[in-house]
Amino acid sequence: MSSNAERRKTPRLRKEKRRAGNAFVYFLLALLGFLWILPIFYLLYTALRVRPSTGIINRLFPDGLRLGTDNFSRLFRETAFPLWLKNTLVVSVCSCAISTLFILMVSYALSRMRFRLRKPIMNVLLVLGMFPGFMSMIAVYFILKAMNLTDSLTALVLVYSGSAALSYYICKGFFDTIPRAMEEAALLDGANRLTVFFRVTLPLCRPVAVYTVVTTFIAPWCDFIFVNTIVHDSEKYTVALGLYRMINQDKSSFNDNFTVFCAGATVVGAIIVALFMSMQRYYVEGVTGGSVKG
Amino acid sequence: MNNRNRKNAENAPSEKRKTSAATKISFVLPGAGQMMRGQIVKGALYLLTTAAFVLYLSAFGGRYLMHLFSGHLGTKTAGEVWNDKLGIYEKVAGDNSFLILLYSVATVVVVAAFVVLWAMNVKGNFALDKLIAAGGKPPSFSEDVKTLFDEKLYVPLLLPPFIGLLVFTVMPLVFMTLIAFTDYDANHMPPGKLFGWVGLDNFRAMFSFSGGNGGFAAVFLRVLAWTFVWAFFATFTNYFFGLLLAMAINKKGIKGKKFWRTLFVVVIAVPQFVTLLLMQKILDNNGILNVLLGKEIHWLTDKSRFALLPRLSIILVNVWIGVPYTLLMCSGILMNIPEESYEAARIDGASPAQIFFKVTMPYMLHVTAPYLITQFVGNINNFNVIWLLTGGGPADNVYYGSASAQSTDLLVTWLYRLTTDQNPRYNIASVIGVVIFVVCAVLSLIAYNRSGAVKNEEEYQ
Repeated sequence: MSSNAERRKTPRLRKEKRRAGNAFVYFLLALLGFLWILPIFYLLYTALRVRPSTGIINRLFPDGLRLGTDNFSRLFRETAFPLWLKNTLVVSVCSCAISTLFILMVSYALSRMRFRLRKPIMNVLLVLGMFPGFMSMIAVYFILKAMNLTDSLTALVLVYSGSAALSYYICKGFFDTIPRAMEEAALLDGANRLTVFFRVTLPLCRPVAVYTVVTTFIAPWCDFIFVNTIVHDSEKYTVALGLYRMINQDKSSFNDNFTVFCAGATVVGAIIVALFMSMQRYYVEGVTGGSVKG
Repeated sequence: MNNRNRKNAENAPSEKRKTSAATKISFVLPGAGQMMRGQIVKGALYLLTTAAFVLYLSAFGGRYLMHLFSGHLGTKTAGEVWNDKLGIYEKVAGDNSFLILLYSVATVVVVAAFVVLWAMNVKGNFALDKLIAAGGKPPSFSEDVKTLFDEKLYVPLLLPPFIGLLVFTVMPLVFMTLIAFTDYDANHMPPGKLFGWVGLDNFRAMFSFSGGNGGFAAVFLRVLAWTFVWAFFATFTNYFFGLLLAMAINKKGIKGKKFWRTLFVVVIAVPQFVTLLLMQKILDNNGILNVLLGKEIHWLTDKSRFALLPRLSIILVNVWIGVPYTLLMCSGILMNIPEESYEAARIDGASPAQIFFKVTMPYMLHVTAPYLITQFVGNINNFNVIWLLTGGGPADNVYYGSASAQSTDLLVTWLYRLTTDQNPRYNIASVIGVVIFVVCAVLSLIAYNRSGAVKNEEEYQ
């Protein structure tokens, strides 16, 4: 009896409870959202500030609130930023193409084909990926030097895409989830494996291909350690190294350059946002499909 | 070779097969056996490669191969030598231990590659013997190529990426590991000075507590402990907060899901080094946060209580950076949890907390186990966060002495500092690298091979 009464009561009670709960969740989301967006806002604000005489980093409003595109025009006229931008674009397009191709090739071979050394190869790749990359940086530098390649964009492309095979894991996970039926049908129809790879499998794995393109494209925009070792000629800087050097070269240049640095960071951020926006739908699909499964 | 042919060969009556002359010759002259049996192009390719290899050894590689057995890495120091004929001091290049070691490693790799090729050649010849004994015809070159792009497609698919790996990962890795067994440091910098093998001395120095030249063990244990504490907290704070946030956004009746998700995910768009440098400026002793608070709190440089405050700050900043990634990943998976399991739990009268710990968590942990392992290992090697926020600091001579380590150093940042110091100690840095490698490799091998993702690889196919 009592349980019957309870059951009748629950819908209303539950609704009220949920409403109270939702109010709390909204409050929490708003608070956290504020905390998360604040530094980004600070970045934009600093980028848009007209340079005051002092107190760039330790005053919020040194000479009152004055905004303008001062820093952006300084960034494009007085620094080598346009050149860095071009370098980064060249490097990231090339390394992205090579890396994506490599990753897809390795993933396909390890997911779809069965051969004697498959398991050992997977374990070896896993273990190799554990080695901190920049520990071998000095050796990489000398290998490039032996090839007469240091201080060139080619060297950067090679460094960013040379070890691409190590990041096959997510992509292979995605390949594993694609049913084989279609490929087998094509094979029965007499197509060879290469044709199947290009015509059947690749179109099916567009989400993860896009994910791979995005991640490999972004890498050169964010790395400054490898560039720092391999490139010494400021003509060959990438955006990341240029910006990093801008405020880390010496302490005195810091106050001068901080607003310009923020302007540069904003430009890079905008480029990456644009990339994400155009690829977002595939991106989420690609990650959740590949990296994780029971 | 063709599948059908191979099958014929296996089914042939097992008469006693004799190794043919062609195969015997191919032991010494790779490719000859193939050519003698009509596989002209294939054989020619083997022969050409062999010729190139011999040329390489005689012109360049041989010298370095010999070096490996000489027990030292060069004897001639660069300097000036009196030249009697010309009556002047002449600059002499001398040996460069670094390059000698590098080229030796490269040569070993080339030799190994050739041995593999040679083995393939011999194996191919035995297969040909079998095939001919069974009355088959050796496949032509075009047939071989066709197989290569069909049943053996994995060979051309894997080869180019693996060459990249060999040059840019394996070779440097072997090279840097070997450095751990030398005395390559500020006092032995080529080309001015040479370095040589010292056996296990560096490992002894790293793992002994005694003073003097060695005695890194105390510092090493401190850094190792912090590395693990950091990796644990960095991984799990990100995971929990990201999961909770994803659940909050996914909650029934919450409007503007897309807006909230975008709000947090936007953070990812700004490159990590930018946000980290920005955070460092915000948390600076004279930074905007202290100005707003009206106090001087040393967020990143307080040494007291084992640098507790900087450590907490780092973990918090890392939450800010990492949670959006977890959110991005978790929100998709959360939607996949079958609604029935929630319904069942609710009917059984489970509280929201119980539902979270008994339904949501187990499911998420099961599904995201590989991700968590990757994150944990990634955090052990998380160079950027530490380096850009505190640079490993604050420095603390009481606990870290002269070992170049600082309070918030992870193994990787310590390694980096050792190689970029005023007095670099590449040998000790390499020892640390080997330790990191072993720790991470063991962790991930165990975890991956136990996780469902590997075991049930073909579950979905």
